[in-house]
Amino acid sequence: MTEPHTGALVEMTGVTKRYSGVTALDEVDFTVAAGEAVCLAGENGSGKSTLIKILSGVEQATAGEIRIGGQAMTHLNPRTATAAGVMVIFQDFSLFPNLSVAENIAFASELSEHKRFFNRGHARSVARAVLDRIGVDIPLGARLETLPVAHKQLVAICRALACAARLIIMDEPTTALTGREVSRLLDIIRLLKTQGVAVIFVSHKLAEVLEVSEKVVVLRNGKKVAEGPAETFDTASLTKHMTGREVHDAAPGPFAGSAETLLEVKDLDKPGSFSDVSFALRRGEVLGITGLLGSGRTSLAKALFGLVAPDSGSITIDGTSVPLGDPIAAAEARIGYVPEDRLTEGLFLTQSILRNVAVGRLKDHERGGFLDHRSLVAEASDWLQRLKVKTPSITAPVQSLSGGNQQRVALARWMARAPQVLILNGPSVGVDVGSKADIHDIIRDLGARGLGVIVISDDLPELLATCHRILVMKGGRMVEEIAAGTVTEDDLSHKLAS
Amino acid sequence: MTALLTRNETLVAVVIVLFCIVATISDPNFFTVTTLSDLLRASIVLGILAIGAMLVLISGGIDVSFTAIAVSAMYITTTTALALWPEMPWYFIFSLSILIGAGLGAINGVFIAGFGLPTLIVTLGTLSVFRGFLLTFVGSERISALPPDMRNFSRMMIARGTTEGGDFYALPWALAALAFVIVLTAILLHKTMLGRSIFAIGGSVESARRIGINVRRTQFFVYVYVGALAGLAGILHGSMGRMADPFSLVGLELSVIAAVVLGGARLIGGYGTITGTLLGVALIVLVQNSLIVIGIPSTWQSVTIGALILLGTGLPAYQAKRAAARAG
Repeated sequence: MTEPHTGALVEMTGVTKRYSGVTALDEVDFTVAAGEAVCLAGENGSGKSTLIKILSGVEQATAGEIRIGGQAMTHLNPRTATAAGVMVIFQDFSLFPNLSVAENIAFASELSEHKRFFNRGHARSVARAVLDRIGVDIPLGARLETLPVAHKQLVAICRALACAARLIIMDEPTTALTGREVSRLLDIIRLLKTQGVAVIFVSHKLAEVLEVSEKVVVLRNGKKVAEGPAETFDTASLTKHMTGREVHDAAPGPFAGSAETLLEVKDLDKPGSFSDVSFALRRGEVLGITGLLGSGRTSLAKALFGLVAPDSGSITIDGTSVPLGDPIAAAEARIGYVPEDRLTEGLFLTQSILRNVAVGRLKDHERGGFLDHRSLVAEASDWLQRLKVKTPSITAPVQSLSGGNQQRVALARWMARAPQVLILNGPSVGVDVGSKADIHDIIRDLGARGLGVIVISDDLPELLATCHRILVMKGGRMVEEIAAGTVTEDDLSHKLAS
Repeated sequence: MTALLTRNETLVAVVIVLFCIVATISDPNFFTVTTLSDLLRASIVLGILAIGAMLVLISGGIDVSFTAIAVSAMYITTTTALALWPEMPWYFIFSLSILIGAGLGAINGVFIAGFGLPTLIVTLGTLSVFRGFLLTFVGSERISALPPDMRNFSRMMIARGTTEGGDFYALPWALAALAFVIVLTAILLHKTMLGRSIFAIGGSVESARRIGINVRRTQFFVYVYVGALAGLAGILHGSMGRMADPFSLVGLELSVIAAVVLGGARLIGGYGTITGTLLGVALIVLVQNSLIVIGIPSTWQSVTIGALILLGTGLPAYQAKRAAARAG
């Protein structure tokens, strides 16, 4: 164990994994050197999760060899992987909301030392030492549930370090972070690398982590399809490797139609969230609203659908005013809202796909007090087909679908209600690149069908790819209106931050 | 400061103090050593049961079968002692009851930790099964001719006497049992990895599994421990009441859980303190025994307890919700 080892920290050769006939990983070679950061990219089902599970000992490879620190690991299980210094930080961080920061950091390492008794002082000093190591100050006694997401992630990193991690695998590390938090995370990663800790990023949003990475490995359908130094990749080439096709996200030009105004918002005001918001949306137009976190874009989105009650102002559709702060009235005025957080706000995850689509349509399929189940199913299936939801059965629970398909189910539910205005809040959050392009196609298509679409997002390429017009919010106010095709992504991000 | 004010413990303590003030004003005899020692005695069984129930709540489960375990352990112990060895010394009697309690708790443990079944469903089932088994196969008669040492134990006093003012007081050794349980559980919860694991499981089972906590073994331990506590509480109840009544205790489980929840434990798991639990027990005992003193007829007892639960658990929950709404 202690003999000096100069080769790679992790060396996986010819790793193959088959599940009852399905090959999830096919002869993949994968190496990570000490102090190196590697991006592991791939769409859902590409095999990247399987690779991580094998490396962390959760699952055993069908064939192939794994060496960690030069030592062949024949029967890797979670315990031996942890002992060898391989730590996974899951997307949900796997922390304990009810315990203190100190205990969250120290628990796993105390456990691995087979301690029977718990010493609060010792746990605190372990935690203090690790926090100092990455130069972060989080109150040790604070309950984890009171911390912001970014701090929770740091606690998870500290926990891995407390267990003498040599390789930290991070699953979707930047999804829940704001721009500033991401750069802080990257600083910490750089620091860890100088201390010899290797990092694997598993992510959809690769552009953000590309700058601290040395190497990129792309998997597709269980095979390694690309590998190379990070600087030779950019978002476009990554996307191409991941999907195996050129994903053209053709940006629409400025809105050409002369259609009448569909939705008009005047002087909408909610102290503390947004003020003096006025804009108009025409039939067939796709309008983007963007802004940094805290700019008021999410409150505004909710206010348009009545989930947040503004103090003053008006919303009219086709000249008829819509009562404020009343989602049922908004739905009756044929406004649809697809929330950002599908998991908690939008979908009934454990219920079937069919029920999720049908839930808003029960009233319209009533025949003499009874539910006309057949027509309900027919309508729902029709929309699922039109939006290309990939599922073996519409009676499967929504949680069995990938993020992209879940988003399509949420869309299908609203489309079945034939809305005039559709508000999409973060339409591709947590969706992989291929599905993202498909969702963008759907959004453009909705506009072409004559709906008014509002896309609320901080994903600038997404806005540029879908919107005719983009409104920029800052500090709760609309500060700029930009026509499509007049700005680049850099311009836009500059306008947001300035 | 606000953290202290919004805690259930503080709220319950304030209500207890208010109750005592009102009671003392309406009846000057209320605030005496006699009342205090009466209330303490009445808290012993409820307190031990509540600490057990708290442990289950912390681990993220709920147990409603502990009263059936308590009464079964007590009654089986009594009949066994009477049949085999009437002169059995009290410490044997207690140990036997604790062992039977732990054994019955292990049955819960097998279903919950072993087969991974939902805790409420399992314990609802065993509540019925244990009690039905007891009444059908062991006996359904009230036994007042207890083994002599069981009665003797209840007469053993740490202190008894009369104050200068003429108030009679008595503190039985049974109180030491409660103190022992408090200390043991406090050490378990705060000084051992096992105890911290119970908190961890209550916080997130999945996370606990991922960092290598043996979830099944921890859960199994919880139900055995709670069973043992119930066995102890049951035999204390029989001994102090000088009667082995197979119909007693069952029905109390919701009051006990109410006391624990009043004290700040959350039904979702991961939270609970011994101090809070004891305060909750104190409040419930106070209401059960002394409601009449402040001029509320005792028929209003359960209404009062219900109102306290709504207030005591509803208020902090409401405040938390408002705080979350403001933050979001």
